[in-house]
Amino acid sequence: MTLYVKNKQVVIPGETIAYGKYDLQGPVYVLKQRVYSKVIGVVEVDEKKKINLIPLKGKYVPREGDLIIGKIVDVGITGWTVDINAPYKAVLPASEVLAKPTDAAKLDLSKILDIGDLIVAKVIAFDYTRDPLLTIKESKLGKITKGTLVEITPVKIPRVIGRKGSMINMIKSILNVELVVGKNGRILVVGDDPLKEALAVIAIKKIEREAHVPGLTNRMKKFLEKLVKGEKAR
Amino acid sequence: MSSKSELIIPKIKKETILSLLRKDKRIDDRGLDDYREIEITTNLIGKADGSAIVKLGDTTVITGVKVQLDRPFPDTPEKGIQIVNAELIPLASPIFEPGPPGEEDVELSRVIDRGLRSSEMIKLDELVLIPGEKVWAVFVDIYALDHGGNLIDASALASVAALLTTQYNKVEVEDDNIIVTDEKINLPIGNIPVFVTIAKIGDKLIVDPSYEEELVMDARITFVIDENESITGIQKGNPGVFTYGEIMEAKNIAIRVSKKLREKLASITKDL
Amino acid sequence: MTTKGSIELINKEGLRIDGRKVYELRPIKIRAGFLKNADGSAYIELGHNKIIAAVYGPREAHPRHVIIPDRAVVRCRYHMAPFSVEERKSPGFSRREIELSKVIREALEPSIFVEEFPRTAIDIFVEVLEADGGTRTASITAASVALADAGIPLRDLVASIAVGKANGQIILDLNGLEDQYGDADMPVAMMPGLGQITLLQADGRFTSEEFEKALALAVKAIKKIYRVQKEALKRRYIEISKEVLESEQ
Repeated sequence: MTLYVKNKQVVIPGETIAYGKYDLQGPVYVLKQRVYSKVIGVVEVDEKKKINLIPLKGKYVPREGDLIIGKIVDVGITGWTVDINAPYKAVLPASEVLAKPTDAAKLDLSKILDIGDLIVAKVIAFDYTRDPLLTIKESKLGKITKGTLVEITPVKIPRVIGRKGSMINMIKSILNVELVVGKNGRILVVGDDPLKEALAVIAIKKIEREAHVPGLTNRMKKFLEKLVKGEKAR
Repeated sequence: MSSKSELIIPKIKKETILSLLRKDKRIDDRGLDDYREIEITTNLIGKADGSAIVKLGDTTVITGVKVQLDRPFPDTPEKGIQIVNAELIPLASPIFEPGPPGEEDVELSRVIDRGLRSSEMIKLDELVLIPGEKVWAVFVDIYALDHGGNLIDASALASVAALLTTQYNKVEVEDDNIIVTDEKINLPIGNIPVFVTIAKIGDKLIVDPSYEEELVMDARITFVIDENESITGIQKGNPGVFTYGEIMEAKNIAIRVSKKLREKLASITKDL
Repeated sequence: MTTKGSIELINKEGLRIDGRKVYELRPIKIRAGFLKNADGSAYIELGHNKIIAAVYGPREAHPRHVIIPDRAVVRCRYHMAPFSVEERKSPGFSRREIELSKVIREALEPSIFVEEFPRTAIDIFVEVLEADGGTRTASITAASVALADAGIPLRDLVASIAVGKANGQIILDLNGLEDQYGDADMPVAMMPGLGQITLLQADGRFTSEEFEKALALAVKAIKKIYRVQKEALKRRYIEISKEVLESEQ
């Protein structure tokens, strides 16, 4: 059992992380007992033989149950085609939008959701053989009518949320905004003040850029407080 | 690249090929180092200066050679011209689509051309009539007629056989005038190359892959071996890998096996 | 290979036309992630070669008929700009570019975990801005960095270099003149960490022993190139870390 990297070290694809049996998480692979990284990422190792590789870049791969923010790109007869910032276009059937089972063919679906509209949706099915299926029928889902949209690389979404929501709660309370975080790298910021929304976007982009540098939560706390002070000073 | 159903091999067939290989056997009962049956027929196309059809197992390839007078290329005024063109036409296989040459046609053309050229099979400097003005251009056109696997080696055999049996009118130069005589001559032949293609399936190396073996193989490598057992060409193909050791093993197999192919070619030329 | 042995590519002191020793690499520089739109990108300079590699994907595959049900389809386009060579090259695709697009793709594909993205496409674009021998090897080296920069899961990086023969001697990393007037040319690509060769071509003549020597030389040089790739990928993150730590002082 040997570790070839230090905690919080940046590794590249093909780099050997360790040799031996470890508890592994993240995009790694094992060949002849050697643990290799598959992507550019930050390695978290702890004494208890746990290795967690956090990727620094990567596409969103849909999973059932994921909350995502989508963009309507086509209106059909039985539903809509939705861009979810993934290598797969998603389908939102009319039955997952309308409250009552109506004859969708009789309706003009563009009156309900039109091209360019943003939605908060949930992935209800995806198995690689068909396009991902979405729904907006549950509570807190539906068409987005206000706010600012920011896109970051999907693999860094967990950093924006933070351990047990610590990061996202901090942004919400300090800046006094609401955040809807889509697993697909899209985040909706809603505040009563467009300036606060803009500050949140700056903060989120900073998290994306510095995700691999230790001490992020403390840094962000200081940064957010400075932002708010700066705003108040105007 | 397409996911045509003909390119998808049934899993059980793949399993059979692999389990036989583990016992050093192949589905058509050949040894790992064996070529399929080779039949070479030359001089069948009257209008061509040289021609050959090669049957290598289920693979059939025809090569036609035309020798014509031409201007030399500006940067090589004292050299003849060699142009190789290969086409995988749709009648040869359901997987070949009509249209302009694709990447496989181009790769085949260029691999054959390089192997012939690096070996110096055609002595291009003996094809000059008036330096800078008139040289012989040798066109080697390869057409696959039936794709049963290993088009490279079949195309190479057909091209070499056609070139060896090519006959064209001797031409004399008198005061910058070209006079065509009735005398028929052969091309000036240098070092004859032999192409050996080896496929890697699992950790086994097999010579002359059949169509089904090609569908299953991880990678292939072609070695071009000249009369002195030097290497005058290599082309690895397919998105698979070889270790350094496997490359060396393949090289040794290719040199060993090239002797048999050379004997086959020699049987054609002895009648000339 | 035009005229052999007619040009003195190696002088009596054992130095090549550009002053290098027989086993010396040209200066190499790699920059990762410098394009905004591409999912991954890399720029490489190898001697006078200047090449851009960009990767898009995994993304939706168009046209739909190229889709493979259980894995991503990998496509590669290698192209040389008309101004990249001495005599202007026509902008269309030559047969050489078609073959190189194929072999470059086949050199990189084994490194990609394509099964993780069924029914998608991974597109690799290489544009040669200036060429001076060894463009396919520099292209592979840069494209591999671009794939990693895009966050695409890889078994290993692929590093590549050409070896060859000039005036009867084995040489490393042929420049344009050596490529044209040398005795033999052998481009090699490999996943260095796994010891797996993904590209091997040769042109010209090698004896069996020369071939072994040349390939061993290529493998050694590839390990050096791999270190440059690694440093290029890590550099951006290391720079950001430094910035952050400095601002905290």
